[in-house]
Amino acid sequence: MNDFFDAIEFIFHEHESPAGGAQVGGLSNMWELTSEHLELSAVSMAIACALAIPLGLWLGHTGRGGFLAINASNVGRAVPSLALIAFFVAYIGVGFTNLTLALVLLAIPPILTNTYTGVRQVDRDTVDSARGMGMTGAQVVRRVELPLALPLIFGGVRISAVNVVATATIAPLAGVVTLGDPIINVNTYGDEGRLAAAILVALLAVITEVVLGAVQRAVTPRGLKLEGGRRWRRLAFALPNDRREAST
Amino acid sequence: MSPLAQVQIHERTEDTCVSDNGFCPAWIADNFDRYVDPFFQHVLLTVVAVAIGFLIAFSLALIAYRRRWLVNPITQVTGVLYTIPSIAAFFLLLPITGRGFVTATVALVSYVLLIIFRNVLTGLDNVPDETKDAGRGMGLTDRQLLWRVEVPLALPEIMAGLRIAVTTTVGLATLAFFAGAGGLGEQIFADINFKSNVVTAGGLAVALAALLDGAILLVQRLITPWTRAAAAR
Amino acid sequence: MRRHRWLMLVTLLLAALAVAGCGDDDDDDDGGGAAETSQPSGQIQENDKNSSTTITMGSKNFTEQKVLGEIYAQALSTAGYTVKKDLNLGDEKTQLKAIEGGDIDAGPEYTGTALLSFFGFTADKLPRDPVKAFEEAKKGYAEKNLTALTPTPFTNSNEVAVTQETADKLGLKKISDLEGKSQDLTLYGTPECRQRLDCKLGLEKVYGLKFKKFVPVDIALRHEVLKKGQADVSIVFTTDPQNKREGFVLLEDDKGMFPPYNSTLVVRNDVIDKAGPDFQKTIEMVNKGLTDEVMQELNARVDLDKKTPKDVAGEYLQETGLVG
Repeated sequence: MNDFFDAIEFIFHEHESPAGGAQVGGLSNMWELTSEHLELSAVSMAIACALAIPLGLWLGHTGRGGFLAINASNVGRAVPSLALIAFFVAYIGVGFTNLTLALVLLAIPPILTNTYTGVRQVDRDTVDSARGMGMTGAQVVRRVELPLALPLIFGGVRISAVNVVATATIAPLAGVVTLGDPIINVNTYGDEGRLAAAILVALLAVITEVVLGAVQRAVTPRGLKLEGGRRWRRLAFALPNDRREAST
Repeated sequence: MSPLAQVQIHERTEDTCVSDNGFCPAWIADNFDRYVDPFFQHVLLTVVAVAIGFLIAFSLALIAYRRRWLVNPITQVTGVLYTIPSIAAFFLLLPITGRGFVTATVALVSYVLLIIFRNVLTGLDNVPDETKDAGRGMGLTDRQLLWRVEVPLALPEIMAGLRIAVTTTVGLATLAFFAGAGGLGEQIFADINFKSNVVTAGGLAVALAALLDGAILLVQRLITPWTRAAAAR
Repeated sequence: MRRHRWLMLVTLLLAALAVAGCGDDDDDDDGGGAAETSQPSGQIQENDKNSSTTITMGSKNFTEQKVLGEIYAQALSTAGYTVKKDLNLGDEKTQLKAIEGGDIDAGPEYTGTALLSFFGFTADKLPRDPVKAFEEAKKGYAEKNLTALTPTPFTNSNEVAVTQETADKLGLKKISDLEGKSQDLTLYGTPECRQRLDCKLGLEKVYGLKFKKFVPVDIALRHEVLKKGQADVSIVFTTDPQNKREGFVLLEDDKGMFPPYNSTLVVRNDVIDKAGPDFQKTIEMVNKGLTDEVMQELNARVDLDKKTPKDVAGEYLQETGLVG
């Protein structure tokens, strides 16, 4: 228990580095690491969403590429994050840009799969009546399918975001100094530093999950929430109705 | 002064695939034995973690199925465990369980709990009421109903959860070397510049995930023949 | 006639010498009395009495260290000791902690690193002479109840490296040539480099250099970042085979920031006492053959030929005749 108190203390007060020669710890040091961590995660997520959501919407709307979209998650899940980052380091090199590339690849599958599935399970009658009202394809996507698919889309975003935040912890292996630095380079920060970083990373991941979970609830149409029970629990767990595995 | 007792200094004038850190199938074939031990360490880590996680989560789901008020708390707790990144978990556990296989296993098990729990529960919930009524009508006790009707019908969902659990655990187990538990991640890290090494070790991890996933799918098809028709649709 | 007889005598003499040289096997196991040669002589003898002593050998986290750790471990094992390995521990502080704490019994360290990182030497007080550097290190270790054994002939220093291109463009030959230019350059080094007097900290204090950015990367990447153009300047080691291969320019240490770095095996006193005389003898036999050239060759076999440190260590011991 003592170790945990030392770690909390590390977050708030500066210490002499056990390796000597510099000060580590304290709020400003922790904030530096955290903001780099957040920046890396946010940039990667933004790019991944910008790529995966439109693609998923299009595939879902046209009904094409189902196999690809659904299995993207499965394949993505089977590739370990460390292997992906190592691959990029070996082939391209270290640095923020290269690492972002790896993280984008990591983040795309759950978002793609969930967007596709979200669109596919919009009630066909609703879509038909929208077309009947004279909406073009793009309008149908924008005004009908997207809003109704939002809960699932956000489920996918939520899953990816937590994954990316978790993987950003090993970013120091690729030369980007995030909250993983005290964990990987324990000599510079000491054991308390390492534990402090572990606590902060865990907190960051949980906060990401909670915030995005709240957003997901906020975009879920009241009707679905009121239906309650089975259907809502599916969405809360981010499971689609008819397909077994769209997300984790 | 023996001319024999001297280290041979090799002239390295040419670039070879290997000295260039490239992708060299010949080298991989010759040195494949380097990956065997880490591979089996990895298999052990994965199988043990998923097995323990499954036992715990399955039991929890059965308990929560009958006592609905437990669903939320269990979901929250396993949810938090799931969200905590495994590498953070290794070091959060370090003061308690030290470095090694145990720490890695505890962290991996905690990740798996939510997946199995929610899938078992959802699977059980999916059993149609009519089927349950029919069962009760036939005179089955609650216990018999559970094991002879509900669980078998929930199997597809349960197996799906097992597949997700297994593939993600293989991925997370690559980080187990941070906890001092070996595995393919240690091999990747041994030479992160050497493309052949990264691709082989990483590729073996992906292959393992695919293999275990396929194995479970096969078992699923075998023990739930009635879903084959549905799956074929 | 006389000439032929003389020739025959000389030939016979040479042949006898050659045969004597070949048949070196069981004769000299007393640490190779020929102190004037740099080649190891004789084989390591197995002594059953040593099997009751267990030695845990450690090493730091880069190729040369892993090779050294393996060589010592295998040599001691041949000498009859029960050897356990815990190589690839981490940086110098991690290894020292492990030795003092009993996690490992011995590990290789460099005299210069010890002086700067453990014994508080500043750049101006650093001994330039390798022998003096070893004496000082040995003294420092003795105060910690650790023994530093006879060092290796080779020395492996930190070096400031740039690509040939950069050197040509900026006219760099010595480290002080970086003055006035370093604020536009990125330096890549190990995480502990930030605090080491023979690394970034020293460059700041001794040369007054400030860099645009410092990026900590894993020690294994020290050449790749330079090669791929991500780093303008990187910290490498003298015995790295990649330096010659990639044509890196190692800037001259004109202000004498880097001390001598011979490798010495650091052991806890209680272990040395328990292990008996064979321990020191074996290590000295092994060290004799580790010249600059040989160490570079061994490193190259791991880094360029991609052999395992274990295999390369075995090759060293066999090629030098230490292990039959």
